Amino acid sequence: MSDTIKTDVLIIGAGPCGLFAVFELGLLDIKAHLVDILDKVGGQCAELYPEKPIYDIPGIPEITGQGLSESLMQQIKPFNPTFHLSEMVTGIENIGDPLYRVTTTAGKTFECKAVIIAAGGGSFQPKRPPIAGIEPYEDKSVHYAVRKMENFRGKNIVIVGGGDSALDWTLNLQPIAKRLTLVHRRDDFRGAPDSVNKMRALVAAGAMDLKIGQVSELEGADGQLTAAQIKDKDGKIDRVACDAMLPFFGLTMKLGPISDWKLDMDDELIKVDVSTFETNRQGIFAIGDINTYPGKLKLILSGFHEGALCAQRVHHYVYPEKRLVFQYTTSSTSLQKKLGVA
Amino acid sequence: MPKITFIEHDGTVHTVTAELGASVMETALRNDISSIVAECGGGCTCATCHVYVDEAWMERVGQPSPSEDAELDAAFDVRANSRLSCQIKVTEALDGLIVRTPSYQGR
Repeated sequence: MSDTIKTDVLIIGAGPCGLFAVFELGLLDIKAHLVDILDKVGGQCAELYPEKPIYDIPGIPEITGQGLSESLMQQIKPFNPTFHLSEMVTGIENIGDPLYRVTTTAGKTFECKAVIIAAGGGSFQPKRPPIAGIEPYEDKSVHYAVRKMENFRGKNIVIVGGGDSALDWTLNLQPIAKRLTLVHRRDDFRGAPDSVNKMRALVAAGAMDLKIGQVSELEGADGQLTAAQIKDKDGKIDRVACDAMLPFFGLTMKLGPISDWKLDMDDELIKVDVSTFETNRQGIFAIGDINTYPGKLKLILSGFHEGALCAQRVHHYVYPEKRLVFQYTTSSTSLQKKLGVA
Repeated sequence: MPKITFIEHDGTVHTVTAELGASVMETALRNDISSIVAECGGGCTCATCHVYVDEAWMERVGQPSPSEDAELDAAFDVRANSRLSCQIKVTEALDGLIVRTPSYQGR
C-alpha cells in the first residue's frame, strides 16, 4: 500500500475531455492527477481512431485522433499534470465536505477535493469470446492479461488472436511453456511483421504450433481447462490439450465500477447539472461522452465546454475563500504567466 | 430508396429504408437495431458492427478489403460471409439486401 497522493482534483479518463479539463483547471491554479485504464493518453482518439481524421474541432479543419491527443498534451504541458496509466479507479469514498478518497486497481489512494469523471464510453476492457461455458474458466485458466509470466511456466498454453498482443505473448511465453499453440482465424497476421517472422520461425523449427481456425468449445472441469476445440473454415474440429488459454481480441468499452458510485444515471450515462456539470454527489463531476442532459451531443467540442464550466465550480471547492475573476488568455498577464508565455 | 433487412439472432426481422451512400451500419443505428454496436462510429477499428451477409447477396456485396479482413480478427465466429457493416455502402444494387447479426453482439 502506497502513501496517499493528495491533489486538488482527480480526473478519471485521459481522453480529450479529461486532458482539456487540465487546461481549464490549470488556469484557475487547480492541480490535477489523471487515471486511465489504457497504457496511453488520448482515450478513444488514441485507441479507436488514431489515424482517422476528425473534422469538427473548432478552428482545426482536419486532425487525426493521435494528432489531437498530441496537441492537447502540448497545450496542457505548462500545468504539469501527473498521469497514472494502465490503472482503473475502483472506489470513491466521501471523507469530507467535499473531500474524496479514491482508490485504483494499482493499489493507489488519492485524496482530492473534487473528482471529474471524463470516462467516455467507460473503461476499455478485453473482449471476452462468446464461447458457451467460458465463465467458470475465466481468471482460473482463461486469462485476458498476463500478470505474472511465472504462472505460465511448464504449461500447455493456447494463445488466440492475430494482433500484437497475441504475437508478443506468444514470443514471451514460448520459452517457458511446455507447449504453446497460437490459434488464429486466418493465416495472415496484423501484428508487427518482425514478430510474425519470429513466430513463423519458431513454428518452422517445431518449437511451437500454429493452428488456423477459431476456438469453438472448451473442455475441462472446476475452472481448469484440459483442451480447446478449434474449428477450421470447413468446420473440421481439431482438439488441442491445454492448461491455460489467453484470448486477445482487442478491447471494448464497459461502464465498469462507475455504476456502484451512487450517481444518478440514465441508461449507463451520468446525469449532470448543466450549469456546473456536477452530478447528484457534491464535488463529483461528469464531462464528455459519459454524461447526459437535455440536448446532449456526444462531441469532443461539447466535452471541452463542459470542462471549462465544471472548472469554475471546482474552484469553489478548492479555494472556498477566493473570489473567481473571469479572465481571457489573450489579455491577462496572470494567465499568460501560468502558461509560461508572459 | 433501397430497403435493407436485418435479421437478429433471435429471429427479429427489421426491414428498413436506407439512404443511398450511407453505410449499412449507419442504417442500422438510425433504425435502433441494437445488435449493431459500432463502438468506433465507422472507423473500421472495433469490429462491433459484424454481420453475416445472406449467401444470395454475397456476390453483390463483395469481399472485405484487406484492412476490413484484418479488423475482423477482433470479431468472433467469423464466417465466409462475415463483413463489417460500416464498410458496406448502400447502393441501388443493394435494394433488398439481407444481413444477419451475430448472437454475441449488442446488449
